[in-house]
Amino acid sequence: MSIRDLLSPFTAWKYLLKNPVTIPDPLNDRPGSARYRGFHKNDNEKCIGCGTCEAICQNGAIDMLPVKGTATQEGDSGLRPRIDYGRCCWCALCVDVCMTGSLTMSNEYKWVESDPDAFRFTPGVDEKFWDNAELGYQRPEDHRLVEAKRVTMEEMDADTRINSFAEIVNGYSIEQAKLEADRCVACGICIATCPTHMAIPDYIDAVREGNYERGLKLLYETNPFSNVCGRVCTRKCESACASRHEGEPIAIRWLKRHIIDQVPFEKYREIIGEPDAPTGKKVAIIGAGPAGMTAAFDLVRMGHEVVVYEAKAAAGGMTRYGIPEYRLPYDALDRDIELIVSLGVKVHYNTRIGSDIAMAQLEQDFDAVLLAIGLQEGRQTRIPKSEHEKVYRAVDLLDKITSEEAFELPHCAVVIGGGNVAMDIARSLARMQKQQYDQVDVVVTAMEDQQHFMADADEIKEALEEGIIIRDNCGPQGCEIDESGHLIGLKTWKVLSILDENNRFAPTYDDSDETIHACDTVIEAIGQFSDTSLLGEELTEKLEWNRGRIDIDSNGRTSESWLWSAGDCVSGPDVVHAVADGHRVASSINSYISSNESSIDKQS
Amino acid sequence: MAYQPDRSQYPQPGADGKLDIDLTSGKYLKLWQGPQHPGITGNMAVELTVCGDEVVEGKVHVGYLHRGFEKLMERRTFIQCFPIVCRICVPEPDFNEYCYAAAVEELAGIEIPEQARWIRALILEMGRINSFLMYCGGQAGSYGMGVISQWTTYVRDLMLDRFEELTGARIYHMFILPGGVRDTLPEGFAQRMEETLREIEITMKDVYETMYCNAVFKKRTVGLGVIDPELLDSYGVTGPNARAAGVAKDVRKDQPYLIYPELDFEPILGQDSDIYTRADLRRQDILQSVDLVRQILAKMPKEGPVMSKLPNVLHWKIPRGETYIRGECSRGEYGYYLVTDGSGFPRRVNVRGPSYTHAMSLLERMIVNINIADVAGLMVSLHTYPPEIER
Repeated sequence: MSIRDLLSPFTAWKYLLKNPVTIPDPLNDRPGSARYRGFHKNDNEKCIGCGTCEAICQNGAIDMLPVKGTATQEGDSGLRPRIDYGRCCWCALCVDVCMTGSLTMSNEYKWVESDPDAFRFTPGVDEKFWDNAELGYQRPEDHRLVEAKRVTMEEMDADTRINSFAEIVNGYSIEQAKLEADRCVACGICIATCPTHMAIPDYIDAVREGNYERGLKLLYETNPFSNVCGRVCTRKCESACASRHEGEPIAIRWLKRHIIDQVPFEKYREIIGEPDAPTGKKVAIIGAGPAGMTAAFDLVRMGHEVVVYEAKAAAGGMTRYGIPEYRLPYDALDRDIELIVSLGVKVHYNTRIGSDIAMAQLEQDFDAVLLAIGLQEGRQTRIPKSEHEKVYRAVDLLDKITSEEAFELPHCAVVIGGGNVAMDIARSLARMQKQQYDQVDVVVTAMEDQQHFMADADEIKEALEEGIIIRDNCGPQGCEIDESGHLIGLKTWKVLSILDENNRFAPTYDDSDETIHACDTVIEAIGQFSDTSLLGEELTEKLEWNRGRIDIDSNGRTSESWLWSAGDCVSGPDVVHAVADGHRVASSINSYISSNESSIDKQS
Repeated sequence: MAYQPDRSQYPQPGADGKLDIDLTSGKYLKLWQGPQHPGITGNMAVELTVCGDEVVEGKVHVGYLHRGFEKLMERRTFIQCFPIVCRICVPEPDFNEYCYAAAVEELAGIEIPEQARWIRALILEMGRINSFLMYCGGQAGSYGMGVISQWTTYVRDLMLDRFEELTGARIYHMFILPGGVRDTLPEGFAQRMEETLREIEITMKDVYETMYCNAVFKKRTVGLGVIDPELLDSYGVTGPNARAAGVAKDVRKDQPYLIYPELDFEPILGQDSDIYTRADLRRQDILQSVDLVRQILAKMPKEGPVMSKLPNVLHWKIPRGETYIRGECSRGEYGYYLVTDGSGFPRRVNVRGPSYTHAMSLLERMIVNINIADVAGLMVSLHTYPPEIER
């Protein structure tokens, strides 16, 4: 101890002369830093109510609730996160994991309120004074808790695939599938969007777990055409996927296919289970496409006797006779059909209702009849000289290719139409040309510009890679025929607009911009319609119609109590919609024939 | 008065091992220091038995802060544990974040980016400075020098400002998460940090003059609360408490982690192992950490990623395994023992906070024979934070 130790403490007195360091008015003079994790903000327009914030919140501070003015719609649950500041710890994991980037934080940290319930609020909906704060925590760039990029699907390259009808897409390996499945946040928005409401997050979870048998069981609970949909589904789910907002959507379709690829077909029956005990009721189904066969699958499992009448030599409808083999190999489709048949569904092939058996006969012999005849007839453009024999409908040609029926393969073909059917026929012809003539000469002409084609972007990209020429904004005006009566080309005018101000089809053209597309064959792929002549005059007269389609109620039932209708012929061309329709009518038919109603109807 | 090895003059243990203290004799008095008492470090209590003003027995009581973190974590996914762990030690939360993140990374096989390793070390050193500043105020306060704690609180607040602009929060930073850190340094951070460091140096100089060169403080602390170096291992004493006894225990040197091998520093040692030595050692530690922060800011990479790719955290499963991750916090060895069983939740988490050994077993031993008035000073000199005793 020294004299210094006695005097030195008195140096503290110098602080008397220093300015105080205290902030005089901290409520106003001290804003939070730029990154401050303060009160929440939510961009209500951007938010899709996926609930990932709720899932990650370890405090249980977030509840997803419906809010006024926000409706449930495709890709948006309509719910919004309500945050309870009695529980929140401002860790910002909700901001980090937000799938759309809608949830952020302000740098505001002072909020005085006399009502404790006010601290449970819905950011972005309940107006707050920090809603327009510019600073505050936002998820830093590259800081992601969920992978944004999809696992690339390996495909056959264009030079190889053009040589055959072999399947283009290879399918995921187990490792790839697990990686892809890992990206899913299991929000379930896809379930609401899927027409048949498949348990998508659950079967993706089965992929993660490697429990493929559970996955298959889940698939078949809602979709007996899982082999088909795993390959060619229009995948509405992916366009609603939460992951698409800040990255690529989960490859839901390929994961479905992955489950299918992993489970041996012999095991399907065991996994799916046996049908219920026979009920003694009989149902006739006309058309063995996805809608008819789905209804057959459901009804036969409920214990009813199901007889399917199919005009063609094999089942599958458009999935077999419309979709080319390189997209949907026949053996995949066969597996779905075989499974349904193995449950006890009787299918009469090459049997045409109307000519072979009358509708009246079916009405008499069965408790209920389902009409699932699809859209089998191709629409015609009816442009001048299109009645020439070398002008085909795409569906007819696709049918011939599947049935291996001979036709004169064009050396040079022009397709009219910009949808998936146009791409299907163009790419099929290209393959056959490559095999027979060793060169591809197919032109696709469509009225829309390429950005607005109805066809999937993948289809267009792959068609171009395969050497198909696509000419957009071309309105067909007539076929060109030479003196000897040979088809030599298609004349088109440049399209200026397609729809009028009332959104009705009323194209306008620039007739000075004319193109003659040289060809020896023209193929029309502008849509299909249903041939309902099988109904017979009397029934056609009795039924109620709506714009050329049979009028049905929300369960698919027609104005005749014994007759239902489902699939493309009532809801337009789409496999997964047809499957959903099949389930709907099956359930309606079941409740009708299980009640006494059907027997009363029969007696009367 | 230090602990007397000759116990013949003191109450003897009875058959049940407890001291034979006859409270009806009038010789002894039970005295509670805490749980509400200005001379206690946080929410804990010491039950003192005094004879005159000399303590003959001290029992430490904890449990006032028990929130069951370790158990809570068994019911949370790996990412959900991340916002919880910082709460285990309020004044220096970052070691929890670091140890937990490092344990998860080791078991999940994740390598973190270089820049993240530097930023982690930066945060840990910033936290160390803050923890020591808080200690200085407390130690001074326990000897009636309240003004020192006001000075250190001011500079600690400046450091909290730096924490706020770097991490987005002042106390619970929640910045070091499995996979790296949330973000890079903000624009102009090094400059503002330098200003803060200078302010700390100036304040510490004043603290030195008024507290360390203070006859009263010296008189009351020199020679008091001596930890016998032979007790260190048997009582699990680490950190400054051990280094003040001349034993170089520093995890940063013994088992280097993060980027510490690339920094130039030597553990500061003391000799006398009394309260004054420990206090002075911590003062020097603040200055050393100030230097380390400068070194880190000068040497760290200024670009590159700060976060590794994680699997989808919502269903993150970690293979079966166990690990123990340690780090040198301001009070000694901080460790996380993590067991995983292949599921999405930790099977077991055990937190080793240095306060458990220092505030419970060691304090009970050291408190015997000292004066009631010195209990608070002794307790603070062991630098304990009760929340980490009861995880």
